[in-house]
Amino acid sequence: MTTDLTPAEPAVPRRTVLKAAGATLGAAAFARAIAPLAAWEPAQSVDGFLQKHYKALTKVELKAVIARLEQETLDATGVDVHIAADEPQEGVQFAYALNLSICIGCRKCSEACHKENNHDRASGQSYIRVLEMDQGSLDLAHGDSTYDHPVPAPGKFYMPVQCHQCENAPCVKVCPVEATWQEKDGIVVVDYNWCIGCRYCEAACPYHARRFNWQQAEVPAAEINPDQGYLSNRMRPQGVVEKCHFCLHRTRKGKLPACLEACPTGARVFGNVRDPDSEIRWVLENKRVFVLKEDLGTRPRFFYFFDK
Amino acid sequence: MSSAMPQQSPEPSPPADSATAGPADRHLVSYPRFLLRAVTLATDGSPLFYGWMTLLTAFALVGVHAWANQVAHGMVTTHMTDQVSWGLYIANFTFGVGLAAGAVMMVIPAYIYHDREMHDLVLLGELLAIAAIVVCVLFITVDLGRPDRIWHMLPGIGRLNWPVSMLTWDMLVLNGYLALNLHIAGYLLYMRFLGRRPNPRWYVPFVFVSIVWAISIHTVTAFLYQGLGGRPFWNTAILAPRFIVSAFVSGPAFVLVTLLALRRLAGLAIGPAPVRTLTQVLRVTILIDLFMVASEVFTEFYAGGSHVASAQYLYFGLHGKAALVPWIWSAIALNVTAAVLLLQPRVDRRHGLLVAACVFAFAGIWIEKGMGLIVPAFIPSTLHELVEYVPSVNEWKITVGIWAGGLALYSVLLKIAIPVLKR
Repeated sequence: MTTDLTPAEPAVPRRTVLKAAGATLGAAAFARAIAPLAAWEPAQSVDGFLQKHYKALTKVELKAVIARLEQETLDATGVDVHIAADEPQEGVQFAYALNLSICIGCRKCSEACHKENNHDRASGQSYIRVLEMDQGSLDLAHGDSTYDHPVPAPGKFYMPVQCHQCENAPCVKVCPVEATWQEKDGIVVVDYNWCIGCRYCEAACPYHARRFNWQQAEVPAAEINPDQGYLSNRMRPQGVVEKCHFCLHRTRKGKLPACLEACPTGARVFGNVRDPDSEIRWVLENKRVFVLKEDLGTRPRFFYFFDK
Repeated sequence: MSSAMPQQSPEPSPPADSATAGPADRHLVSYPRFLLRAVTLATDGSPLFYGWMTLLTAFALVGVHAWANQVAHGMVTTHMTDQVSWGLYIANFTFGVGLAAGAVMMVIPAYIYHDREMHDLVLLGELLAIAAIVVCVLFITVDLGRPDRIWHMLPGIGRLNWPVSMLTWDMLVLNGYLALNLHIAGYLLYMRFLGRRPNPRWYVPFVFVSIVWAISIHTVTAFLYQGLGGRPFWNTAILAPRFIVSAFVSGPAFVLVTLLALRRLAGLAIGPAPVRTLTQVLRVTILIDLFMVASEVFTEFYAGGSHVASAQYLYFGLHGKAALVPWIWSAIALNVTAAVLLLQPRVDRRHGLLVAACVFAFAGIWIEKGMGLIVPAFIPSTLHELVEYVPSVNEWKITVGIWAGGLALYSVLLKIAIPVLKR
């Protein structure tokens, strides 16, 4: 009967206490859930996060970016690399031709690409895929890229496929952020620091020329090629797309692509089609050349031919 | 789940809102109060509501954790490859866009046929569209290798490849659609909070725009795929019409089930007319959808040639690889069963049957326009390599997490809106 026994209205309603407890628990659970992000090393400084598109960089900014990237590689691998940013040369249009009559399918080109371009060692990544095809058919459905026997096998011919640097490139069209584009000398390049990793280009490419960095590529320090290019073979970050760039860090300095130098049969012909005396020009004018999937209208700069 | 939003003005017939009436500073006071009320309504409810939200939050957190792992360790945590470079995420994204579009397209009858009772469902559809778009944006985000660079896609500060890239179109129309639906739903709820009758001038034109916009979001999403000449499985003009028709199945099916659930759980009074209208929509659209699938299958297999390889892989398997075969035949079985159930007489009054039909149709479309549409385009690869794809456990966790998050958002939005629907 005393007033003491009357249940008093609590200072804080029970419901509010419960809500607060729920919210606290939820926040704690959320913090726990995102904990793995703490281990995330995107090799990214604030400068890296805010870095502008390659084409928007001034000369001074590009120099600073390259210095930062070289330092990052030094810190991560202990290797002192040099990253160049060679411009396309005036009056140069690159093209590539491959003689299917003499290619023996040894995959030396693929291996040279693997080393030159600092590809992930464990997965054996390369920009070149060599298809073993049945004599008598150009149907890719009968090709096999996983053959494992002495070459050349009887009744077979071999067709290495890499980026065709299409003039009407589907991959460039679909990129939502202009992270990939065609340079004046015809090479389709990727800004690895601008790509968002949506892989729309991978879906669009009819030649399976693009590769995605599903994880950070691992190359032993002793095997890293220190002669690098910003738009070519520098160490690529995790989560971005890459592709064959006709070894532009070599070819823009007058050297030949690594795949061509490695070819033991001389099946590969590379050069400037604007030069009337070039070997590539002679091949295009005198051989019965063809391109893959011509009906798609991609206008490749990569040609195939048979000479017998 | 039934606390009503208070009416500030107790008059039986509140005056219509007019933009000029009342000083603007009144909104400065009442709008924050409206938001506060919304938060209160969203966090206050029955034990059933708390249990439901806790469950969804738990699933969503599992997804968040799985995504954090994916970002930290790379996309190698998925089972996607350079051959099959899109998988479960993009499949669910595509389906989600359909759901968002379908949610609003189902209000077309309300306006075209001046169906007063359907008007009540406009809000329900707009809210579903909001939740579905958020789901879509999340699926795109988790599919990115570099989510930290998502700002590269923002107009102004990023570098948008517009108008050439269809993905930029998709980003713009999806966000525009989200804004439209936020405006319509927000306006209707705010007017209700003020106790005023919504002024049709401030929302009906937007509803019309959002209906057209709904068709555009799904058309643009279809164009993402059908514009790729290197993928014969997608490179077909029927893809966009198929997307629209299947959206007309998944959207109304979801709304129908929601309506019937709300009637039971939240005591929402719903007349038979909207259920009948939606059932009629479903009856027609599911048959058109099946017809289009049949037309597609005929074209592929009758002509033959190398472009049939993907369809061959999807429906029958190719060179002994057949991971998708059980999926696609399940989808066909589900859709055909749903179609048969929907053709039953008076199915709109036999709710057990109706719910079963909706669930079957929803699941069938989810497979058909998800995994069944995205994955086969990559198998065989453009160089005819046969690499199969089965999602990883981490991918499933993220996927379930995103759907749980979307469902939680929809539940909260409904919780806030139910008092309006009850009027």
